[in-house]
This record gives sequence, C-alpha cells and structure tokens, in this order.
Amino acid sequence: MESAVSVRGLTRHFGEIHAVDGLSFEVTPGELFGIVGPDGAGKTTTLRMLAGVLRPTSGDAVVQGVSVVRDPEGVKHHIAYMSQRFGLYSDLTVRENIDFYADLFLVPRKARAARLERLYQFSGLGPFESRLAGQLSGGMKQKLGLCCALIHEPQIMLLDEPTFGVDPISRRDLWLIVHEMVARGITAVVSTAYLDEAERCDRLALLHRGALLALDTPTAFQQRLAGHIQSLRSDAPRRARDLLEQHPAVRHAVLFGDVIHLTLDDPRHDWPAVRAALEHGGVTILEAGPAEPSLEDVFIHLVGPGGVTHE
Amino acid sequence: MKRISGLRIREMVKKELRQLLRDPRARGVLFVAPIIQLVMFGYAVNTDIRNTATFVVDQDQSSESRRLIDVLTATGYFEIVGRSQGPADLVRALDRSEALIGLEIPRGFARDLSAGRTAKVQIVLDGTESNSATVAQGYAQRIVQRFSLERAAELGLVPEGGVDLRVRAWYNPNLESRVYNVPAVVAVLIMLMCLMLTALAVVRERELGTLDQLMVSPLTAEELMLSKTLPVAAIGLVDLVLISLVAVVWFDVPIRGFPPSLLLAAVLYILAGLSIGLLISTISRTQQEAFMTMFLFLQPAIILSGFFYPISSMPQIFQWVTLLNPVRHFLEIVRAIFLKGEGLAALWPQYLALTIMAAGVLRLAIIRFPRTVRA
Repeated sequence: MESAVSVRGLTRHFGEIHAVDGLSFEVTPGELFGIVGPDGAGKTTTLRMLAGVLRPTSGDAVVQGVSVVRDPEGVKHHIAYMSQRFGLYSDLTVRENIDFYADLFLVPRKARAARLERLYQFSGLGPFESRLAGQLSGGMKQKLGLCCALIHEPQIMLLDEPTFGVDPISRRDLWLIVHEMVARGITAVVSTAYLDEAERCDRLALLHRGALLALDTPTAFQQRLAGHIQSLRSDAPRRARDLLEQHPAVRHAVLFGDVIHLTLDDPRHDWPAVRAALEHGGVTILEAGPAEPSLEDVFIHLVGPGGVTHE
Repeated sequence: MKRISGLRIREMVKKELRQLLRDPRARGVLFVAPIIQLVMFGYAVNTDIRNTATFVVDQDQSSESRRLIDVLTATGYFEIVGRSQGPADLVRALDRSEALIGLEIPRGFARDLSAGRTAKVQIVLDGTESNSATVAQGYAQRIVQRFSLERAAELGLVPEGGVDLRVRAWYNPNLESRVYNVPAVVAVLIMLMCLMLTALAVVRERELGTLDQLMVSPLTAEELMLSKTLPVAAIGLVDLVLISLVAVVWFDVPIRGFPPSLLLAAVLYILAGLSIGLLISTISRTQQEAFMTMFLFLQPAIILSGFFYPISSMPQIFQWVTLLNPVRHFLEIVRAIFLKGEGLAALWPQYLALTIMAAGVLRLAIIRFPRTVRA
C-alpha cells in the first residue's frame, strides 16, 4: 500500500541552523503517527514543510501523492494543519469561524450540517455556537481550532502540539476528536512534547536536533529498556538522586514525584552496590524493586537527561 | 498560475465586512468619525476674519475720523474693543492680547483731508498670530483705500494717475475658508481610512496567527490581497459619497464639476491608498508597527499636500517632492471639481499622476505581498 506521507531526506536550514536535517520516514494510511522530541528538535519545522507552507532546503515529502516541493499549493487541499496556537477570529462567533473555514475549502452546504453536528458532539462546542471565539477558554479555543481545521474532512491531519497549554479535560476531549477522526480512516501526524500523550500513537518518531533518532511503536520503545529500570522510594529523594547521578553504574536517575527511576546496564549485578552507596550516603530506602520502563525513561536514555519536557 | 476563485474571495469579503461592521465602535470610526471631522473642519478650522478685536486710538476726534472708524466696523470684520486718545493704551492692549489689531488716527487727520493733503493713518498688528493678522491687515488696507477714494470723489478731487485695484475672488467670492477646507477633508479622511483598514487588517491576521492558517488553506496570496482590499475600497467610496453629501447639503459647498469625474479620481486615489496600506502591511509585524509606519507616511503626506500650506510657497525641492504625493494630486482634483467645475480636460495631469502612482505602488505591493505572507 502506498504511504500517506513519505518523507525523503527532508532538510531545512535557517542560515547556520539546521532545523531539520535529512529526515526520512513513512506514514501508512490511517495511522496515528507521533513526532516527539525536546523543544527545538525540529517538530514544527517538519510539520510546516509537510503542510506546504515552508519550502524544504533539500529533500522532499510526498503527502497524499502530492510533492510538497513540486506542488505546495496542491498539498493544501488534502490536509488539515493546526499550529500550536490555532488562529481564530476572536470577533467572530464559534459558528462563524467554522463556517468561514468551510467556505475557504468550498465545503458544499449540504455536507456541512452533518459534519458540524458530529464535531459539536465531540468538542462539546454546540451550546457555545453563537459565542464570540475571543470569549472562549483556552481549551475551548483549541477545540474550536481543531473543528475549523477538520470541517473540510481532510485525508491527513497535521497537528503541531495540539494540546500545548491546555487543561487536562480539554486535552482528553481533543484526543477524543483525534481518535474519532483516525477511526474514520484519516491519517494523523501529531507532534507533542507530552510523553503520556505519545503513548496513544501507533508509532513514534523521536526527533533530536533535526534528525530522526529512533522510530518505533510505543511498546517497542519501552521494551528497549525492559529489565534495566529500578524504582526506589526513599526518605530523601533529591539527595538520593544526586548521589545516584554520581554513581558510575547508574546511566540515568530521574525523579518522578518522590519516586526515582534509575537505569542500570545490569540491575542484578549493579543494584546491591548502588544500594550500599545510597545507604552509606545516609539515605534510608523505603521501597525498591524493578519497574516497567516508561517512554520517558527510554527517551531520556536515548536523548540524554534534560532533553525531554517533564510534566 | 493558479486560478483565482471568485467564490472564495466572496466568502473572504463577507467575513471581512462582518468583522468590520460588527463592532459598534468600528462602525462609528468608519462612518461617524468622518462626519464629525468634517463638521470640525467646517466650523472650527476657520481662517476667516470676523469680529477681529480692534483697538482704536483716535487723536483727531473729528467727524472724519469717526466716519473712518464707522466704515471699518460696518463691514463686520472688525470689532472695537477699546478706545483711547493715547498711543500707550494701544500698546498695552496688544501686549495683553486684548486686541489683535490697532488703528491709530493722528491729530490733523481731518485737516489734512479737507486741505487735499494725504492724511496718515497707522495700523498696528499682533504679529504672533501671523495668519489672522495678515488677513486682517489686507481687509483693513482695502477698507481704508476705499474710504480715501470715496473722500476724494466727494471733494471732487481726482487722484493723480494711480491704479485703482479691485480684487475679486473667483470660485469663492467671499473667500470663505470652509469652502476651501471641506473638500480637502475628503482627501485626507479617505487616505487615512484606506491606509488604516488595509494595513491593520492584514497585520491583525498575522498577529492572531490566522494568516498562518489561511496560508495552509487553498486561499492564494492573490485572493487574500483582493479580499483585504475590496471591502476597504467599498467603504472608502461610501465615505466619499457621505462626506460629499454633508459638504453640499450642510455646508453649501458647491459641486460645480461633473460628479462622475470625482468618482473616477476617488477610485484611482483609493487604489493608491490601498496599495500603500498593503505595502505597510508587508513591512510591519505588529499592529503597533503598522500604525507608526502609517503616520510616518501620512503626516508628511498631509503637510506636503497643500491642505494647510500652499505648495507654491514651499522651497523648490519640496515642491518636487509633493509631485510624488497622491494626496496633493487628489486634493487639487477635488478642489477643482467642487469649486471650479473643471473636468478631465483641465485636470488630466493630476489624473495621470494618480494613475501612475496607483499602478506603480500596486505593482510593488503585488510583488512584495505574496512573499511576505508566506513563511
């Protein structure tokens, strides 16, 4: 089957900065494809190139059979692109905003009612139809943005951190809409810095400094570190972490609340020595044992600490 | 070349108009503010001389001197605010700004007149208000001149040779400044409207982030440009008609020319204004920047338009600069059509200049605009 999105050596330089550097991957039709990576990894630049609004310096991407280099305008008919902060007309109502985007894409009047109803159902925006967009809350605005982007029923949606700065309930709603669209056969390429969201994707591309670091399913990513993660709770979590970071056998030590996840090359062999070092440093261990690796453990392992947004 | 979709433009224009006309305050700015400004210029900005505060020092105290003073006040241009026999009082009145002009009739005025000698009268002006003072001086001079001619005729004296100067102001016989100012307001208001609405409409989309969104839709840069300018052009024309109606009906400013030629000039002028607005939008990232850039253009454009200060008295180099100013050309057309009743035959150089300017700036905007809206 032909790919929905086919990225080949995609590169974009801004002067000296190589925002995206020789990126290649394939997205299969109907897939929920995630792009993750720290800020500045090149997520937004990649999505903008896929949307046909930014010209690649070299390489190409074929979106729904259309090359973004040869026909950037042609791409626009097949996609919905939603930037981090979707631009809404604050002086138009919810309904007028949606209608406007429907008009831009020349959506036939007959098809609108049904789509609108469905979008209202998922977004919960129906009761606010005649409210000015400027008077909506942040999460509602983002949901309205998504509705505007989806009203023309694109084959592919490109969402750039759609839940950025949105409250947890609205985030859940946004993902409901995304899942619904994917269930209807739409291909989704979603970038996010939140790793709990990344787990929802079928496959994940991990970007770092404009290059593809790894591409896998979330489960496969987690398998990479299976058996290497040790979790521990102590009476002095920060002090324990500082001690662990200095220990030669510890690859990474990350604090989640008062629990520390530490990555060890060989837990069975290394753990007793690490434990002894902690106790020698005056830390009392309350609870310890092997843990399932989270995506965060894996990405910190791959990118290095400090590279991934913590929640 | 992509096809331009009329349907998409229509929807964009509808959206623009909806946004422009929704806010009652915006509606006020678009349609009421021009009328208010017009009324302000019509009434307040008045360079006419009426009831000028005049101080009289009559040292002659004769029937002749009183007659001169009567003639002066009878015209309605001068109002006596004080009388005295000592010149020192006149100085004090001028110092305190109680009077703008002083008339001093020296002793022996009547005697000289009856003896057929040239009698002397002195007029003193407060030069700090140079505009009004100059006008007042002109009036006073003419009145005194006429008085002296009448006196000479009564006495059967024929002035020796001499030139009898009779001034007549054509097109505006009473030299009312309102008739001159009101058409000019039309020019300035329409330029302001075109610049502001176009530049701000585009930059606002950039600020809101909707420009990004429009660029990932099938809307092309050309369609965007058209849909940003067409509503403004329509509003500009509505304002033109509105202001002209108020000028004619309320202020009795005549339209002596052919109204459609005014409309033609307005279309060219609006086109130039819109293009300048688009250009400003391509170099401004925020509405604030757009606003400042706009005034950077508008202020000199008004000063160098001949609205307040005659172009013929500017230094040569500035006179050349004014040739690049669309406001100047439109102003000349507007005044000529309103007051002189001229048409294309006499005004073709101004029409040509406007056409060249509109086409040139529009071309520049068409080149620059698509590049700047795309990332």
